[in-house]
Amino acid sequence: MPLRPFAALPQDSVGIVIPQQIDFPEPVLLSSGRALPVRIVYETYGTLNAARNNAVLICHALSGHHHAAGYHSASDDKPGWWDTYIGPGKPIDTNRFFVVSLNNIGGCNGSTGPASINPETGKAWGPDFPKLRVRDWVKTQAMLMDALGIGVWAAVIGGSLGGMQAMRWCVDYPDRLRHCVAIASAMKLSAQNIAFNEIARQAITSDPDFHDGRYLDHNTSPRKGLAIARMVGHVTYLSSDAMGQKFGRDLRSGTFEPGNDAKVEFQVGSYLRYQGESFSDRFDANTYLLMTQALDYFDLAREFNDNPASAFAKTSSRFMVISFTTDWRFSPERSREIANALIRAGKSVSYAEIDSEYGHDAFLIPIERYQKVLSAYMRSIDIGA
Amino acid sequence: MRNDLDILQQWIKPESRVLDLGCGSGELLERMTREKKVTAYGIEIDPENITRCVEKRVNVIEQDLDEGLKNFDDGSFDTVVMSQTLQAVRYPHLVLDEMLRVGRECVVSFPNFGYWRCRVYLGMRGHMPVSKFLPYTWYDTPNIHFCTIDDFEDFCREKNIRIINRRYVTAGRDDDVLSVRWPNMLAEMAIYRLTR
Repeated sequence: MPLRPFAALPQDSVGIVIPQQIDFPEPVLLSSGRALPVRIVYETYGTLNAARNNAVLICHALSGHHHAAGYHSASDDKPGWWDTYIGPGKPIDTNRFFVVSLNNIGGCNGSTGPASINPETGKAWGPDFPKLRVRDWVKTQAMLMDALGIGVWAAVIGGSLGGMQAMRWCVDYPDRLRHCVAIASAMKLSAQNIAFNEIARQAITSDPDFHDGRYLDHNTSPRKGLAIARMVGHVTYLSSDAMGQKFGRDLRSGTFEPGNDAKVEFQVGSYLRYQGESFSDRFDANTYLLMTQALDYFDLAREFNDNPASAFAKTSSRFMVISFTTDWRFSPERSREIANALIRAGKSVSYAEIDSEYGHDAFLIPIERYQKVLSAYMRSIDIGA
Repeated sequence: MRNDLDILQQWIKPESRVLDLGCGSGELLERMTREKKVTAYGIEIDPENITRCVEKRVNVIEQDLDEGLKNFDDGSFDTVVMSQTLQAVRYPHLVLDEMLRVGRECVVSFPNFGYWRCRVYLGMRGHMPVSKFLPYTWYDTPNIHFCTIDDFEDFCREKNIRIINRRYVTAGRDDDVLSVRWPNMLAEMAIYRLTR
């Protein structure tokens, strides 16, 4: 295979990155009351300054992982999942910031998850893996933070489920971050949102290859169910207009000509199936169940008499809240609720509603205004000279 | 040169809660935050202005004033400020209602369309006024609800809005002898401090 010459990597890329891992000696007590031995896989970009005040944590969303920016090898054809926003001169500027991105526990990209070996049985955890809450991710992120010698994050940044983690940081560790950036997020999911996640979980658990979650012991996996789960999710991450523009009613095969009964296939159907199948190739079904459950369970104000302003009362960080006009999964209204709660609590917050046709996926896509306002916010973060 | 921001800033109490409607690029927010240590939020709709506010480290919320302030509780701010924006909203009377509901006090500044230069422009030349102060053409202007000082005084009387203070600015000077005597003719801009 021809290697891509190093010079061919884009100038504004963090370049080739090597994932690192850390094993914590003591099991971690989770919110479920169970203890879990934890390995975390992570990447860093940029350099931690002498004052150790330029560290930024990136929290990933449902299907994300530690590889947020750069390339794993010179022949890698795709960079990390948020490469358009992390790099030298990019909104999260690695010339200024030391960026930390990890794979959350419960994930399937190297950190301890349902596909890891349960030391007590010698088999994969599978369905026995402890249930997780967003606070467990934040707790283990804080352990990584300590291990890296970081006292206070300059910023914690996340989109969607990642934004929930960023907000949870403000509640659980109010003194350990200076800025919180919540993008296309919400303080809790709506019933409609939970419903979509339930369809996704039902698709997985009703696949005959699921085997009550012990599919790895049977050397198989619920590929069909996971693909359908992803297809449902994927549709909800796009806007009707964006799908209309991309596919319309175009046919991939067949015809509506009279006298022809060849099978008709729409482009959009074929696209969705491809998305579902490629997701099944790279993702673990138990992780998907675990992540969607953590998403459903999250409710920032639950322990504060459902008063979100009280939830934010102790935080000392500044906030940037961003939403996208056509995002109906995490609609602008949810982001406005975050901003309003912060205003009520008297906290520093700015809110921008970005005009975009890309639905929920917009937070991953280069959009000029989004780049400008996020860049402006990141530049406003003081890290000394 | 003095502008309305110098004057309305004097009516802001230190360390109070302030809402700035149509905050533009955040100039007033930045000054109030620095000089008065207020907890202040701006409302703005223009993307470029919002980015400039973010750069200045002032709080800015993207929101359309014409959709009201229903996300803000009654009396949740000490002062609600609106500088040079009243004439640009779709329903000035509803916005003022909302300001007086959300703020214990309101400060509003607006260009006086009764200013003699405007009258000359319209009365003698027969054209809508275009000046350094009001630089827009009639067909491309954010200013859709001009009023005179007398109009505004009548409006406050009708709506039972109490005027705590009024100040006038002309050619960058505030409250000169002439504009105080005959503001509707001689003041270029008016600044009112209001409450219910």
